[in-house]
Amino acid sequence: MENRRKLLEVKNLKQHFNIGRGRVVKAVDGISFDIYEGEVLGLVGESGCGKSTTGRTIIGLYDATDGDVIFKDENVHGKKSRKEKLKFNRAMQMIFQDPYASLNPRMTVGDIIAEGIDIHGLAKSSEDRNNRVYDLLETVGLTKEHASRYPHEFSGGQRQRIGIARALAVEPDFIIADEPISALDVSIQAQVVNLMKKLQRERNLTYLFIAHDLSMVKYISDRIGVMYQGHLVELCDADRLYENPVHAYTKSLLSAIPLPDPEHERTRKRIIFDRPTSGPVGKSTDDTSIPPLREIEPGHYVSLTDAEYEAYKAQLV
Amino acid sequence: MAEQNMKMEQYDSSLFQQVELNEQAAERISGKSLNFWQDAWMRLRKNKAAIMSLIIILILSLLSIFGPMLAGRDAYEQSITKAKLPPKVTGLEWAGFDGVSTLGEKEINFYETKKVEENYWFGTDHLGRDLWSRVWEGTRVSLFIGLMAAIIDVIVGVTYGGISAYNGGRVDNIMQRIVEVLTGVPNLILIILFILILEPGITTIILAMTITGWIGMSRLVRGQILKLKNQEFVLAARTLGASSTRLIFKHLIPNTLGTIIISLMFTIPGAIFFEAFLSFIGLGLAPPQPSLGTLINEGYRELKTFPFLLVVPSTVIVLLMVSFNMLADGLRDAFDPRLRR
Ligand SMILES: Nc1ncnc2c1ncn2[C@@H]1O[C@H](COP(=O)(O)OP(=O)(O)OP(=O)(O)O)[C@@H](O)[C@H]1O
Ligand SMILES: [Mg+2]
Repeated sequence: MENRRKLLEVKNLKQHFNIGRGRVVKAVDGISFDIYEGEVLGLVGESGCGKSTTGRTIIGLYDATDGDVIFKDENVHGKKSRKEKLKFNRAMQMIFQDPYASLNPRMTVGDIIAEGIDIHGLAKSSEDRNNRVYDLLETVGLTKEHASRYPHEFSGGQRQRIGIARALAVEPDFIIADEPISALDVSIQAQVVNLMKKLQRERNLTYLFIAHDLSMVKYISDRIGVMYQGHLVELCDADRLYENPVHAYTKSLLSAIPLPDPEHERTRKRIIFDRPTSGPVGKSTDDTSIPPLREIEPGHYVSLTDAEYEAYKAQLV
Repeated sequence: MAEQNMKMEQYDSSLFQQVELNEQAAERISGKSLNFWQDAWMRLRKNKAAIMSLIIILILSLLSIFGPMLAGRDAYEQSITKAKLPPKVTGLEWAGFDGVSTLGEKEINFYETKKVEENYWFGTDHLGRDLWSRVWEGTRVSLFIGLMAAIIDVIVGVTYGGISAYNGGRVDNIMQRIVEVLTGVPNLILIILFILILEPGITTIILAMTITGWIGMSRLVRGQILKLKNQEFVLAARTLGASSTRLIFKHLIPNTLGTIIISLMFTIPGAIFFEAFLSFIGLGLAPPQPSLGTLINEGYRELKTFPFLLVVPSTVIVLLMVSFNMLADGLRDAFDPRLRR
C-alpha cells in the first residue's frame, strides 16, 4: 500500500465557522489522511460530524481555517491564478447529496452536463459538444433523448446519475462523493453505487466516498475513516475495520448495521457510545477530549488515550 | 403442499409468459418537454381572471396612447361655452350616455340648451375640456409612472440586492445598514422636501421613488440570492470552475426572475396609486397636466351635480389597479415554485 502514489494528502485540516457574536463552530478540527491513486476511501460518521465540510474544504468551496491539502504534489489552497484553478477544477470533482437541489431547474439536462465542457472549452464544435453529452448520458444509463429535458422530469436516482455525468464531463481523476445515495430509495442505492464502482474500474478514478452509515461504504471502499465531532477517530482497511474495530465509536456504528441473518439479529446488541464531551455534537471546543491518532497495527490508526491504549494492548495478550 | 401442486396443475403453463424487465423502457419519459416559461404560460392561460386582466391592461395601454387621437380633440383646449357637458355617445343613449343631467328636480339635455352639435363621449369638465382626451392622457401619465417604478425596481433594487447577497460578508452588512436607514425615511416627507426644491411634477415623484421605492425589491432579491448561492447546483458550478458572470447570469438570475416579475407586477399598481394619491392631496402633478389623481380631485368637487366627472377617472384607475393585482396573483400561481420541483 505504501509504495502506491499518494494522490491527495490532507494535513491537519481545520474548518471553523464564525457564526456571529464571537461564537465559532469547529466543524472540522485538525484531520489528516492520505488517499492513494485508484483507491476508494470511505468517510463515515453521524450527521453533523463534519463530513461534508471536509469534502467541501478539500475541493476549495470553503477556505480552510488551517492546514494543507496537497493534490498531486501541489498545494491546492495556495493557488491564485485562474488558469491554475481551472486545471485543478478539471482534476477534482464532486457529486452532491441532494439530487433535488444539485441540478439547476432552469437548465436542460444537456446544458447541465455540458457545463464543464463549456467552461473548459473542451468541445471543438457544437456537434462535438452534443456527442460528448450523449456519450455521457449513455455512460450513466440514460439516453440522448433525455438531453433536452428539464431536471424536474426525472426521478431521484436519474438525477443523481445526471450529477455523476456532469462530474465526469471534465474527465477528473478524483471525485468527492458527498453522501451520493443517502437521499435515494434503497433499491436505487445499489444501482448508483454499482455505477460508481463500474466507472471507477473503467476510468481508474479515485473516490472520497462520504456516507453516514457503514453498510454501503463497506461495499465500495478500500479503506474507511470514521469521523466524530470534527476529528478522525479511526482509519484502516475496510475489512479490518469490520473484523477488529477498536474505537468505541466505531464499535457503536458497526453494532447499528442489521445483517440478513436471524441468528445474528437475535443476539445483536446495540452498543451505545457515550464519550463524555464538553459540548453538543460538532461544536466540541475541548481539544483534549479527542486524543491524536496512533498506529496500533500496520495501517490501522485509532484515536486512543494512553490508558485506553494500555488496556487494548493488555487485551491482545 | 400436495394440495398446492394439484392447484398448479389446473393451469396450463402455456397461458403464462415471462415478463421481461426492460431497463431502457424504465428510463423513458413520455410527454412533451416544457421549460419553465412554457410551463408557467400554460398555467397562466388557464387562469381566466389573469388573462382578462392582461387584456384589460393591453386595451387601457392602447387607449392611453391612441385614445386622444380617436376623439381628435386636444386635452388642454378650453371652451367656456361647452363646459360641463355630460357624456353623450350616439347609439349608447340607453346606457346613460345621452347628454342628460339632472339638476335639482329637472332633467336637462345640455347639448340642446348649449346648442352643441358634436358629441363628447365622456363629457367635458368645468373649463370645457374634453374628458375623454384628458382621461387617456392621465392614464398615460399613470402607466408611465408605473413603468418608471418598474425600471427603477429592476435597475436599482435588483442590482443592489444582488450585489449585497452575492458578495455577502462585510459588503452585505454595510449595504443592509444603508437600507435600514433609508427605510426609516417616510415617503411623504421626502416628496414634500423635493417639492420645496423642485416643482411638483412627474420628475419629483420619480425622484422620490428612486430613493425609497426599490427597497422591497432589493430585499426580495437579496433573500433569493442568499438562498440560491448555497444551493448544491451553484456549488457544483463553482467546483467546475464557473466564473462569477456565469454563476450570476446562468444560475442565479434565471432562478430569481420569477420572483422579480411577480414583484414588479405588484410594484406597478402601487406606484400608480401613489401618484394618484399625491395628486389627489395636491402634492402631485400641477395643472393643467391631467393625471388620474388630479381628474378625480376635480371630479370629486362636483360630485353632486356632475357625478360623471368623478366616475369616469375612478373607473379607469380601479380597472388598472384590479387588473394589475389580479395579473400579479395569476403570475404568482403560474410561477409557484411549490408546484414544481
Ligand atoms: N456554512 C456553515 N456555517 C456555519 N456552520 C456550519 C456551516 N456548514 C456546516 N456547519 C456546521 O458544521 C457542522 C458539520 O456540518 P457538516 O455539514 O459538515 O456535517 P455532515 O457530517 O456532512 O452531516 P450530514 O450527515 O448531516 O450531511 C455542523 O454542526 C454544521 O451545523
Ligand atoms: Mg453532509
